[in-house]
Amino acid sequence: MNAAVQFVHDQLTGKKEFPKFKAGDNIAVSYKIIEGGKERIQIFRGDVLKIQGTGTTATFTVRKISDGVGVERVFPFFSPNVDAIILNKKGKVRRSKLYYLRERSGKRARIKERRF
Amino acid sequence: MTSIFMQDGKQTACTIIEAGPCTVTQVKNKETDGYNALQLAFADKKEKHATQAEIGHYSKSATSPKKFVKEFREYFQEKNAGETISVDIFSEGELVDVVGTSKGKGFQGVVKRHGFHGVGEASHGQHDRSRAPGSVGGSSYPSRVFKGMRMAGRMGNDRVKMKGLKVVKIFPEKNYILISGSVPGHYGSIVYIQK
Repeated sequence: MNAAVQFVHDQLTGKKEFPKFKAGDNIAVSYKIIEGGKERIQIFRGDVLKIQGTGTTATFTVRKISDGVGVERVFPFFSPNVDAIILNKKGKVRRSKLYYLRERSGKRARIKERRF
Repeated sequence: MTSIFMQDGKQTACTIIEAGPCTVTQVKNKETDGYNALQLAFADKKEKHATQAEIGHYSKSATSPKKFVKEFREYFQEKNAGETISVDIFSEGELVDVVGTSKGKGFQGVVKRHGFHGVGEASHGQHDRSRAPGSVGGSSYPSRVFKGMRMAGRMGNDRVKMKGLKVVKIFPEKNYILISGSVPGHYGSIVYIQK
């Protein structure tokens, strides 16, 4: 990465701390939503499909099945609206982008938990 | 380029520009030069790469030879030769103009270069003409091609001024300035920022 970009990213990303997670992990994201001047926190819980980007532009995608419909949301790591991230389960997966989950449903769409 | 989150949580794409420190190498005024201007120079270069004339010019303001020189007319700040101008003259939220040389696109057709729509139809006798310019001259009248008719040719590599770009953030310690959106030119190219 370019030195200038690196410097600016270091300046902008210093404040936040999250648990380390990877694709395949089950996480709950607390996301601030502003509705009619009021602020509330919504929790989006699901499996991490992918992590992409570097520095301030890095994002992660979370997928969950809601009422039988697959829902994916992309969260920027350093958005001020991402309040907290809780790591629920570590997943046992072999790749970093779990696009194959999109074609699966039911039991086949499960991710095995990694135990230590 | 990078992006930054504003206070309302919205993400804005922005460009990082290293703005200064620029050294004032000459102050022009109405009496001696006929107009008021400040000559600013940026980025050191080695003395062995500078000509004698350049070394002489820079020695008047007691600085080392520089790579880029630019004159700013009717400049609002009172400065003497040898003083530096840094990124502090800008403030966050301010609107600036950025002047640069756009990326060269090579020889391009009229669709990309001038926004023509090409010949719209694929049928009715048209064949392999979807990006063609169409008629340029007419047959009986005017029976010639008007001057200035927009045609294919070299595109880009022009001086471009982007007006009214917002200063999003300033890092005075490194003289970096974040400007909302994109600016003309390649990565690493030189641009001028005007208030």
